[in-house]
Amino acid sequence: MMGAVVSLDALLDERRVWKGRAQVQPVAAQPTGHALLDAALPIGGWPPAALTEILIPAHGSGELRLLWPTLARLADKGERIVLVAPPHVPYPQAWQAAGVDLRQLSVIQASDTDALWAVEQCLRSGSCGAVLCWPGKVDDRALRRLQVAAETGETLAFACRGQQAAANPSPAALRLAIDLRPSQLRVLKCRGGLAPASPIPFTTGP
Amino acid sequence: MLWACVLLPQLALDGVMRRRAEPEKPLALISGTAQRRVLQTVNAAAQELGLRAGQSLTAAHAMTREFDTVEYDPAQTEHWHRLLAAWAYRFSSQVSLKYPRVLLMEVESSFGLFGPWPVFEARLRQELTAMGFSHRIVAAPNPVAARMLANAHDGLVVTCPDTLQQVLEQMPVNRLGLSTEVSTAFARMGLHRLRQVLALPRDTLARRFPAQVLQHLDTLLGRRPVALECYLPPDHFETRIELNFDVESHQALLFPLKRMIADLALFLGGRDSGAQRFVIHLEHVPSVGSTAPDTLIPVGLLSAEREANMLFELARGRLEQVVVPSPVRALKLLARDLPAFVPSHRELFDDRPQQSLPWEQLRERLRARLGDDSVSGLSFHADHRPECAWQPASLSRPAAGINPVPRPGWLLREPEPLTDLGVRVLAGPERIESGWWDGGDVRRDYYLVETCNGLRGWAYRSVGDSGLLLHGWFA
Repeated sequence: MMGAVVSLDALLDERRVWKGRAQVQPVAAQPTGHALLDAALPIGGWPPAALTEILIPAHGSGELRLLWPTLARLADKGERIVLVAPPHVPYPQAWQAAGVDLRQLSVIQASDTDALWAVEQCLRSGSCGAVLCWPGKVDDRALRRLQVAAETGETLAFACRGQQAAANPSPAALRLAIDLRPSQLRVLKCRGGLAPASPIPFTTGP
Repeated sequence: MLWACVLLPQLALDGVMRRRAEPEKPLALISGTAQRRVLQTVNAAAQELGLRAGQSLTAAHAMTREFDTVEYDPAQTEHWHRLLAAWAYRFSSQVSLKYPRVLLMEVESSFGLFGPWPVFEARLRQELTAMGFSHRIVAAPNPVAARMLANAHDGLVVTCPDTLQQVLEQMPVNRLGLSTEVSTAFARMGLHRLRQVLALPRDTLARRFPAQVLQHLDTLLGRRPVALECYLPPDHFETRIELNFDVESHQALLFPLKRMIADLALFLGGRDSGAQRFVIHLEHVPSVGSTAPDTLIPVGLLSAEREANMLFELARGRLEQVVVPSPVRALKLLARDLPAFVPSHRELFDDRPQQSLPWEQLRERLRARLGDDSVSGLSFHADHRPECAWQPASLSRPAAGINPVPRPGWLLREPEPLTDLGVRVLAGPERIESGWWDGGDVRRDYYLVETCNGLRGWAYRSVGDSGLLLHGWFA
């Protein structure tokens, strides 16, 4: 018996079906700015309108170097970038040297529970280009809320979390882990394709 | 010139009704001395119970007790009258409150903006109905004629003086605003319509009646100019709602608050201004022997806003954080700071169609819950000391000239002692010596270090000290 009629195109566009033959690399809506990473991701960049989880061993492991090209590109387009409860003070000189227009940058100070609320509000409003947050102890449900909010507002959401969270399942569309020794990126999960098995070299800057 | 007369036949009752949560319940406004309480006006539901205006309260209670009573307050009626004038000021620059329960406004000069009269009138009616005021609207070439025609007509529009004369001639003499003695005298003389009065020779009228009668008739027909005092909107907004019972929960305060803020938005629309800051006063029940001071809830915004829903949501955010110390008897809203409203810039073709909430409104919502200082930009400050090189600011300011020396992306709020023993120095030292003039003197040698985990940090050693202090991460 035929079930509901599903358009094949729609199914493929959603990128939930894995295809055996490699396609021509599509032009991504949100390139990461790192050529090797772009090539490894199935849609050639950040999943647009979705939550991306960045798992780091400690604050300062390269999460900013990973995001700065994206943030600079968004800020140049006049999009607002919001940092919700950052762990440290963003040093304006370094951010500006990375090309981020400080006029588009807003920092929100909030306690743990309020921070999640603020992130959801920012994502849902659709007035921000990217929202960065550092959720400490969050459960699956809270992350799912953020993922839904990012879809609603069509906003890039980035959550930086500790690497011990890698063991737990997550609703995020993309999960990246940053390793320091050796300096590399590992894709743990990506929607719309198999995660590349081999790590991606992530060279240290200065 | 075309003057519109908006007659509000039950202004006092409508004013009370629109503040009640259940308008369909029977209600009567009462007035009179303490010995003899009289029903001043009753609403439709009360009329169905058989209550009539002018009945004594005792007689009404003998029939039924199933109705609420509210003291008739002329000051409140006056308040509504002025609020509606502020509303009408949006449509015309000449609004007059000459007659009680009546708004007179010159409308012809506003046709360019609001369309021809039928469209304009429909809009006035729609907005008045939405605000909950019953009304009659008549337009005529002069204000006095418009006022008098509203006594007998609704929806009538007269544009040329000839038609005006014909219409006025049909009017009964006792509806023309003449004093009671004069209209009784006319009636006893057998003159019931204006046409009959106008047919009399002027000199006999002048002899038999006071001079005001002829003057009034001439003004009515537009033969005599009339000077009207125009309404000037006040510079601040104040409204107060007395609650019928003592309220201790936030929930019960929200409905009156919403009404007050809707009135504020109405007022702001008329003045084409926005509210930057307003204060909600919670007036408490005075306890025995002492007066309880009002609880003040200031609502401050970064930019002027006037959209009712948004103002309400912000005020609600602040109200819900306040602990109400004792029962609340009345609410007052006071807005003094009313700068000009500048609509926010919107693109015609937004990249994202779902952009439902502009950043300015989002920022206000965040500030309402997280505190006034919670949302800030990042401002560069020309100082070599890292802790002075950044400042939270409402508007971010980029650096003018930038130093090519590497700086860490994260700066620690307080430097921490670097206890890690496997620290390797990669670069440095870089001497930063500054601040001798303001007491924050620093003499530090900064190093780029790598911990044994592979994290890259920015640490310094004060000149003369031995230990390294970590000040940032090259993230």
